[in-house]
Order: sequence, then structure tokens, then C-alpha cells
Amino acid sequence: MDIATQDYDKVSVMAVSGRVDSATAPDLENALKQLVDAEKNQIVLDLKDVEYMSSAGLRAMVSTLKAVKRVNGDLRLANPSPRVEEVLRLAGLTSIFSIHRTRDEAVASF
Amino acid sequence: MERRLSVPGRYDRLEQICNFVSEAAEAAGLDATASNRCQLAVDEACTNIIEHGYAGEDRGHIEIVCQPEPGELIITIHDHAPPFDPAAVPQPRLNVEVEDIGVGGLGLYFMRQVMDAVEFSHEDGGNTLVLIKRQEE
Repeated sequence: MDIATQDYDKVSVMAVSGRVDSATAPDLENALKQLVDAEKNQIVLDLKDVEYMSSAGLRAMVSTLKAVKRVNGDLRLANPSPRVEEVLRLAGLTSIFSIHRTRDEAVASF
Repeated sequence: MERRLSVPGRYDRLEQICNFVSEAAEAAGLDATASNRCQLAVDEACTNIIEHGYAGEDRGHIEIVCQPEPGELIITIHDHAPPFDPAAVPQPRLNVEVEDIGVGGLGLYFMRQVMDAVEFSHEDGGNTLVLIKRQEE
């Protein structure tokens, strides 16, 4: 898994690629926590290049969502592949996360 | 033909395990969606074995046997951890307000959602989990 973060005006975009499973999800959670600790609470997670995600990845995303919601921020998702979207749907999270077709749409939604 | 994989219980082996399952799913003639679901179920099962069964990495091996049949894949996962009781696993709290979401138990929930059969048993020396996936018509 690789992570690249880019700051826009008021929004941080974190692009994730590769596999997000129990081996890599802690790194994702830590990277997201660093943004939250730096008071960057408006976050877009670009999932375009995520080829696989298990419940460990969802756990990292949900814990971050809870943290940013408490300070009136949000974690919004962009570009989930059909495979990742199925996992989100199985977990009932498609109505919990704001999900956008593109990174630009997700950024503009803030 | 039966395929076997034995790996140390480590999270960095999950990718190898998924690749092993993917090849067996292809041999059984399962489509990509069914293959992805098998990989997810086995990943979640092995993660639970490492996290809860062995209570940490490098504390025991996991053996996976795949039996591809025409249009069906039978996956047997064996560990040497203490007895596992699926009835003791909490139900995840889903479709609720953000603050109330509980993702504990999500792995077992996923297994039951995506597979056609999920059966746990315990005998002397370990737990056995049988997962079955059939190709949808």
C-alpha cells in the first residue's frame, strides 16, 4: 500500500493505492490520524487505486470519520472501485460516508 | 485437484493467501466477483485467527486447503489456537448513526454474507473452518 497526501485550500486529499488489509490498515489509520492531529479535519480519501480492502481498512476509515465528525469535519470518499464499493455496501457504510465519483467532486463538496 | 498452503500466522502473509485462493477460484471456474468474495472471507478468517485465536503474530501456523470442484470452491482453514466459539462474537452495529457504529465482528459477518456455507468445528489440537462458494447462475 502507498499513500500520498496533497493539501488543497481547506481540504486534504489522501490518495491510497494497493491493498488495504490487516497488514497495511494500521499505516493508513496512522496517516489519517496525523492529519486529524494537525487539525486537518476536511479529508478526501481517494480510493481509485485501491485494489483490495478488507474490514481492517473499513475500521481505519470509520475511526477517522468518528474523530473528524466530533470537530465538525468530514472524511469523504472518492472513486471507490466496484470491489471496494461492495465491501462498503456489505458493511452498510455507503449511507454513512459521503461517496463521490471523482476526487474533484469530493473536494468541491466541502 | 486439492491445493494446500501452510503459512505462519502473520498479517503480511494475507496477500499470499489471497493469491492462493484466487488461483483456486479460477481453477473452480468461479468468476471475478465470486473469487473476490472468497479472498475477502479467507482474509477475514485468517485475520481473526491471528488477532483473536493466536492473540498476535508469529504464534502459530495457518493451513489452508482449497478443493476446486466444477462451479464450486471448498476452502478448509485449520489453526492450532484455543477453541473458537462463533456464538460469542458480537454482531456488528451497522446502519446506525456514525458515533454508534461498531465494527467489531465485521469479519465473521462478512464471511456469512459472501459465502454459501460457513462451518466452524473444534477438535483436539485446533479449529477447522469450512467455507464453500458456488458460482451463481
